[in-house]
Amino acid sequence: MSIDWKTYHRPGLFDELIGDDGQPRPAARALCDHLASLSDSELRERKDASELAILTMGITFTVYGEGGDVDRAWPFDIIPRVIELREWQRIEAGLKQRLQALNCFIDDLYGEQHILRDGVIPSELILESKNFRPECVGVRPSFGVWAHICGSDLVRDADGTVYVLEDNLRVPSGVSYMLENRQVMKRVLPELFENATILPVDDYPSQLFDTLAALSPRPVDYPEVVVLTPGIYNSAYFEHAYLAQQMGVELVEGRDLLVDDDDCVYMRTVAGLERVDVIYRRIDDLFLDPEVFHPDSMLGVPGLMRAWRAGNVALANAPGAGVADDKVVYAYVPQIIRYYLDQEAIIPNVPTYLCMDDAQRAHVLANLDQLVVKPANESGGYGMLVGPHASEMERKRFAELIEKQPRNYIAQPTLSLSVAPTLIDDGTIAPRHLDLRPFILQAEQSHVTAGGLTRVALREGSLVVNSSQGGGSKDTWIVDTGGAD
Amino acid sequence: MLSRVAENIYWMARYIERAENTARLLSVSSHLLLDLPRTTPISWASLVSLISAEEAFNSRYPSADEASVIHFLAADRDNPSSILSALAMARENLRTVRDVVPREAWEQVNTLFLEVRRELVHGIGRSHRHDFLKRVIAGCQQLTGLLAGTMSHDIGYHFARTGRNLERADMTSRILDIRSQNLLPRSADELTPFENIQWMSVLKSVSAYQMYRQHFRIRVRGTEVLRFLLQDFQFPRAIAHCLEEVAGCAERMPRSEAVKPHIRALQLQVAEADVAELANAPDDLHRFIDGLQLGMSQLHAQITEIWFRQ
Repeated sequence: MSIDWKTYHRPGLFDELIGDDGQPRPAARALCDHLASLSDSELRERKDASELAILTMGITFTVYGEGGDVDRAWPFDIIPRVIELREWQRIEAGLKQRLQALNCFIDDLYGEQHILRDGVIPSELILESKNFRPECVGVRPSFGVWAHICGSDLVRDADGTVYVLEDNLRVPSGVSYMLENRQVMKRVLPELFENATILPVDDYPSQLFDTLAALSPRPVDYPEVVVLTPGIYNSAYFEHAYLAQQMGVELVEGRDLLVDDDDCVYMRTVAGLERVDVIYRRIDDLFLDPEVFHPDSMLGVPGLMRAWRAGNVALANAPGAGVADDKVVYAYVPQIIRYYLDQEAIIPNVPTYLCMDDAQRAHVLANLDQLVVKPANESGGYGMLVGPHASEMERKRFAELIEKQPRNYIAQPTLSLSVAPTLIDDGTIAPRHLDLRPFILQAEQSHVTAGGLTRVALREGSLVVNSSQGGGSKDTWIVDTGGAD
Repeated sequence: MLSRVAENIYWMARYIERAENTARLLSVSSHLLLDLPRTTPISWASLVSLISAEEAFNSRYPSADEASVIHFLAADRDNPSSILSALAMARENLRTVRDVVPREAWEQVNTLFLEVRRELVHGIGRSHRHDFLKRVIAGCQQLTGLLAGTMSHDIGYHFARTGRNLERADMTSRILDIRSQNLLPRSADELTPFENIQWMSVLKSVSAYQMYRQHFRIRVRGTEVLRFLLQDFQFPRAIAHCLEEVAGCAERMPRSEAVKPHIRALQLQVAEADVAELANAPDDLHRFIDGLQLGMSQLHAQITEIWFRQ
């Protein structure tokens, strides 16, 4: 039995591949027709081939707190998620606009603070943010850019509207899986790439390298760029090693680097000390430099902040950039775009209630059973309350937390995340919820990945897409239909 | 190349070599046991002395019987020279440099470690020991071949070669030292029982028996065994050959000026040894090998100092 898209269709949810009429959407038509032409056993074979490819390619992610082997194979669904090129171009413009405005905002906060003085955003909101770093005040990174690499999470609601759910401006991860997913797809379903115009994704490593190289404080032809990792026990170590390898740069740990008396950064090589120009750091701010932040950090490099402030090394992302991905700041992004760019946001925000505001907090506390409550500074889906699915006790506990530290919480309506057909364990195809994380680069120029990492909640009904909590991923196709519907 | 990466590769090669050497030593000793009459027991305790681990051993094992010594040298995770520890350390060192060495190298070490850990208890029992140890030796040699055949012979590769050859020379010197203590005559007319087969086992401990026969075409005698394992340039486990390899690596490394005279001095020490004399004076031989081992450990310290720490 092969797939019948008419019986698959579930009304009431927005499906990325299948329209309300039960017909494949134009950009997904070739894909859906092809899938329907495969028998169950052929489909199973492709799925097995993908799992084998992932094993042999060594695509893994690391899970904390497991003894022995910490690497797990990356869960992957062979049915790609498809977005039509024209819709994508609008999203791409929206993402560039957003990151541009956020960088103006960060640069302003560590500079003159016009936006606070003009009263657009309450000063105490920034000064109370645990991601605001007074150590960064007065520093002027190249191009006024602080967040060079951003991963923004997009979701689509039942009516088809795409929202930005959050921006990750510190050390966003996942891009290596986006690249590897495409490699796996090309091995498993090569015939689909022959007849469709699917935008390639694999120029990301060279764009990333160009972005980083442009930040070099020395005017040299071959700036020394390195990737700084916390080490093999970090959950994203695979990605750190992968990106270093793809860019052809050294993967370093803190102990490989030192800051000398000249306030320059060097790495220890067998040929002696070599000057480092640009550090793509995948370590959190607070572990970067034990002289300035956590004094007992073994991951960082003593004196790194000194070298950065002196302009002798570029850090990407710059320390302090995280001040703009606080979920309370998130609520102000439309105003931020208006303030710096004099434009309206192209991609809307999810409506957000700030618990620090008395009226909004009252509304949140009265409607906890319908809202999603998130802490302002956590990522990875930890420490949040999904109101409709929570028990009375959990809601009570969150109400207390909110009352105690209102600044730390925001609330949003529960969105009905869009779904896409997913091959599940019993070999059938069922709709599963998903989101999308595109990656945006900004230095002299801006780039957006063609698509991004689609994360899918493999458990039925689940909205949690994180790989550490039962999520998987799909290849993401931006398909040019040539304008014809 | 990053110093940390070079150090990891160096140690990975040392530990793989150590696992191979220990496995061979256990295998040969077990065989020798079968050839000797019950009245001439080989001393299992001497294997513990061989890796200078008497203190660690005595603190945890009541007696130096066969089962205890085999367990200590093969399976004991608290003994850094045991086969299992050495493979675990090789794996940890390789894990962090997976992006530098060929992917198959990681798979090889990972698989070998997991297999040894799984089959160890069963494998070191008398009836399966031979096959098990043979597999360990083959697994280690496979990695060496894999690196030689698939890794660019760049600086990283030369650090692996350096580590392997230093470890190898160290092991050969230890075997010569310990075994000759019992075998060399204290006086000219004193004959050690079963001398011939015991010297053969010394050669076999470093896989040298066949090559020795081809080289000398005479019966196995202490003086010639010593000469072969100390001064031969062709046999890969002879100390002179190992040092020649280390010297060749140094030629290809940056900033090696300070190391070269040290290697040269060690080579001279070996080349100028009066083997005939040493073979008749066990105490002199012991002092000579002590000096050699001290020189090699100083060389290791110097390598660490120059390339790995700064």
